[in-house]
Amino acid sequence: MSQRAVAVGLRVAQTLPVLIGVVLISFLLTRALPGDPAAYFAGVMADAESIEATRVKLGLDKPMPQQFIMYVGDLLQGDLGQSVGTGRPVLTDLAERLPASLELTLSALLLSCLIAVPLGVWAAVRQGSWVDHLCRVLVTAGVSLPTFFTGVLLIYIFYYLLGWAPSPLGRLDFIYIPPPHVTGFYLVDSALAGDAETFFATLRQLVLPAATLALFTLAPIARMTRAAMLTALSSDYIRTARAAGLPPRKVLYGYAFRNALLPVVTTLGMVFSFVLGANVLVEKVFAWPGIGSYAVEALVASDYAAVQGFVLAMAVLFVLLNLIIDLSYALIDPRIGFASK
Amino acid sequence: MTDTPAPQSNSAFAHLVYVLRDNPVTLIAFALFAFFVLSAVIGPYVVPHDPLATNATLALTPPSWTHWFGTDSLGRDVFSRVIVATRLDLTISVAAVALSFVIGGVLGAVAGYWGGWWDIVLNRVFDTIMAFPLFVLAMGIVAALGNTVENIIYATAIINIPFYARLVRAEVNIRREAGFAQAARLAGNSHIRVVAFHIFPNALPPMMVQVSLNLGWAILNAAGLSFIGLGVRPPTPEWGIMVAEGANYIVSGQWWVALFPGLWLMLAVFTFNLMGDGLRDLVDPRRRT
Repeated sequence: MSQRAVAVGLRVAQTLPVLIGVVLISFLLTRALPGDPAAYFAGVMADAESIEATRVKLGLDKPMPQQFIMYVGDLLQGDLGQSVGTGRPVLTDLAERLPASLELTLSALLLSCLIAVPLGVWAAVRQGSWVDHLCRVLVTAGVSLPTFFTGVLLIYIFYYLLGWAPSPLGRLDFIYIPPPHVTGFYLVDSALAGDAETFFATLRQLVLPAATLALFTLAPIARMTRAAMLTALSSDYIRTARAAGLPPRKVLYGYAFRNALLPVVTTLGMVFSFVLGANVLVEKVFAWPGIGSYAVEALVASDYAAVQGFVLAMAVLFVLLNLIIDLSYALIDPRIGFASK
Repeated sequence: MTDTPAPQSNSAFAHLVYVLRDNPVTLIAFALFAFFVLSAVIGPYVVPHDPLATNATLALTPPSWTHWFGTDSLGRDVFSRVIVATRLDLTISVAAVALSFVIGGVLGAVAGYWGGWWDIVLNRVFDTIMAFPLFVLAMGIVAALGNTVENIIYATAIINIPFYARLVRAEVNIRREAGFAQAARLAGNSHIRVVAFHIFPNALPPMMVQVSLNLGWAILNAAGLSFIGLGVRPPTPEWGIMVAEGANYIVSGQWWVALFPGLWLMLAVFTFNLMGDGLRDLVDPRRRT
């Protein structure tokens, strides 16, 4: 047991150098601004004197290593700088908009797992059947789909042609009042408030953007599930289990599927990286008020502090998520040891 | 001298024919690829309309015989713009992939051959780059360097470098002490010559597969960046920006403005992905699926 604690501790410790690297890169990005950062942060109307004052105020006159230490110090206090666009601290902006993005991302991932995992399993069990072919077509087409284009297409079909979906503008139609703020997830909040009408209104707004993201993530998950199931099904322990006369259902779900889960969970980590990027595009298409569309607005307005804050926040989120995934192996796989690393 | 290479290239050709006959999808992929290259090279000279010419009286007309893909909000011919855009989109992705191929190849070879200190530092750097969600990192790089097409290329190149470097590092590392490499060194070749001309060529086949798969991804990435308003500026025709312009009209039913550039983008990515699978069959029969 203590051995496992050590392994977990080691894995946690491994994230530290990566986190330091991430902070270093985002520091370099803020210092790589075209032209003079001081002139930029001083504003359009600044003269030479106020640019100089801004330089001293931001510590840009100091040597680089010292600037880096100041930058890290600011970060540790949760200071990501001020957004020029909203006039508020970047961290406040991001924290306010994060639930919207997470609600979208998580429901998309859930949706795509619900479709992709059974599809992959089915394709592996009935190898060579029409399900297998369907799986292959979906996988090849899925990786070629530009998310923003799928989103536009879905809007055309389900909003314009069929009229099933509400207008693709944000999280909730303007005739509804957002539920009282508890978690920031509208679905959870409206359910907590017992407001069925708002709940379904939220759900209707969520379906199209979540489906767009899910379509994008379907391919890697289905492919990995199929491959992992094929490997598991051809192993010796499955042959033994079958020979011992265990019912097929038990063999499939109790033995093969549990062993196939591991690579699938690993893929989920990689998929998350894509999703965080694709999120930006989907949020733009559906006018979703998350951190992705915040970053796009900031980019267009050259609001550097906001963009860099966003990049850093995403990277930290991704690193932590990979950590959680690695740690969750310990739950899935009792043999776990991080010895191989 | 003259007759020895002949059977070899003949058998390589026979192998190509065999693989293509075995897998007609690969043949289609190569045909599509030829089509896209042709569009990029001669497209701007053969399109029926000027891609930049506006005509207010013809704004947002649906597809017809004169305007195959219809016209956009300024009356520009969508078909001409889609075809002309091929050159820019392919240029961005090819330039980006070429940059990451060269830089990643050199760094990976250095790390794999000399190892030690270099290897550790480079690995850490690549780990850090991969720790970012890659599209988000590309956004950050473009924001920091400035909003131009060149910077889109650099950003796309940077986020792809780790893949090439890792691949080359592994391929070079396993052959560092191989018999042929030691023989080459013994024959008096310098280390650089041994890496560059004896070991590195062995990494080329898997790298070509990676290139083909990467090209599709680079196009998606560049189009995504221009979709959110980075890099390419209007009125330049480019697929991502055309979908962005068309997205405004999709809710009022003018589907053709966004559909055709989006379809072309999809088809291009699809082509490169299929070609990558086909190339993998060619260079590595064991991994054939």
